Amino acid sequence: MAVTKKFRESYCAPHIASRRCAQSSRTACALRLLCSGGRQSAFARNALTKFLLFPSLYFLGLGVATAAVLPEERADTMYHSYSGGGVTIDGPSVLVRKNIGNKVSLSANYYVDMISGASIDVEATASRYSEQRDEYSLGADYLVDKTTMSLSYTNSSESDYQAETVGFGISQDFFGDLSNLSMRVSYGSDDVMRNGDEDFFAQAEHRRYSIGWSQILTTKLIAELSVETVSDEGFLNNPYRQVRFLDPSKPLGFSYQFEEYPDTRNSDAVALRAKYRLPYRAAIKSEYRRYADSWGIESDNIEFRYTHPLETENLILEGKLRFYQQSGADFYSDLFPYQNAATFLARDKELSDFTSTAIGIGASYQLPERWALFERRNTVNLYWDYIMFDYDNFRDVRVSSNEGNTILPGEEPAYSFNAHVVRLFWSVWF
Amino acid sequence: MARRALFLLPLLLLLGGCETVMPEPWVKPYERHYLADPIMSFERDPVAAGYMNHVYEAREAARGAEGGSGGGCGCN
Repeated sequence: MAVTKKFRESYCAPHIASRRCAQSSRTACALRLLCSGGRQSAFARNALTKFLLFPSLYFLGLGVATAAVLPEERADTMYHSYSGGGVTIDGPSVLVRKNIGNKVSLSANYYVDMISGASIDVEATASRYSEQRDEYSLGADYLVDKTTMSLSYTNSSESDYQAETVGFGISQDFFGDLSNLSMRVSYGSDDVMRNGDEDFFAQAEHRRYSIGWSQILTTKLIAELSVETVSDEGFLNNPYRQVRFLDPSKPLGFSYQFEEYPDTRNSDAVALRAKYRLPYRAAIKSEYRRYADSWGIESDNIEFRYTHPLETENLILEGKLRFYQQSGADFYSDLFPYQNAATFLARDKELSDFTSTAIGIGASYQLPERWALFERRNTVNLYWDYIMFDYDNFRDVRVSSNEGNTILPGEEPAYSFNAHVVRLFWSVWF
Repeated sequence: MARRALFLLPLLLLLGGCETVMPEPWVKPYERHYLADPIMSFERDPVAAGYMNHVYEAREAARGAEGGSGGGCGCN
């Protein structure tokens, strides 16, 4: 039993729904009948039930609980930007989703990362660079009664890395549609190359298995439990990154060699998130995730988000706080005692002990009818996050190369940096 | 063996009486107007949510359990 787009339009954009009254479905008409104090016929009650039930399951469980209703038909055009630590990564992303009939939904996404600058790793061991990653994704969802089956394909391409991923998912509503269970598996195959070294070629495989349970707990509270296992096999390190080791024969007191990682990695993550509707029209979200893997990394993150609409202004405001901490990999070291000091060697700061704190604000503005393109619901959205990274055992080696420095290897200050993350996008609903 | 069968008996009774033991869905469809509000969505905009998951996955060792909008990034 699919919900037509008119259900969503008439709830999400009441003024548009009223404009489209002549062509709206009998369900939307039933809602208006009830809202206007009309007689509560059985027809109207049934229609209202459908109207309220399915959008709730969609909107509340976008992450997992998308069963029993096809995803929204919409197009999003986004400019994204990450800037911090000497690196800027930005580019466009276009996501279009359209239904075929009331059982099939197709989606396509084109995403670009344009990378420029020099991170601290590059400054220490290489020269500035720029490159581009293009990603194409196609997806299809098939709805049968209360079950949604999904297929997806993603292709990611850059000068030294090619990746393909296929995925299959299934999602089922049950228990009076208060509960939704979803499962997803995906398989990815990567080809890894190294620019400037035509002899280098390696491969990696990734398998992901996830289960999600979404549960309506009260009239104002919904929760979701997600569990995901990831299994990697093959060449898993960065082919350019190097570790440093003590070398008294060098003026700086240390030298570099290439990283060496295990060729398998298995990880488990479990997350619990909840969303609560406050006594006035606003909502808070909280989320906790715990992660552990076979490389000895453990992490926790917690997030709080507050969403506050300003109805008269057609605005939805949002603020968030996120804290993340992790313990590093067993084979990570900022400075190894000598060359080939261990079987596995890593000095990737993403594998070190560190914490990060993020604050974010954003706004979504629904364009008034006179500006709305295609006579549809249009929004413009701007979100900005500020993330502060503080590393415990990844040191800033750039100070060692400064003239006149007296800092011994391993005594450099711990590295830290801040990043700005921007999402600016325009959305239109069909 | 007989003792094992005795242990199974309560389970069989439970299964047999599922319709009476299972609780009724306690939030009726007509009580879900708060939940139907778009602000109650975990992620309203898939394009932005997927991007943030990509940023986190590229900068942190943790991956997975982001909800439905997560996924591999093909990045190293």
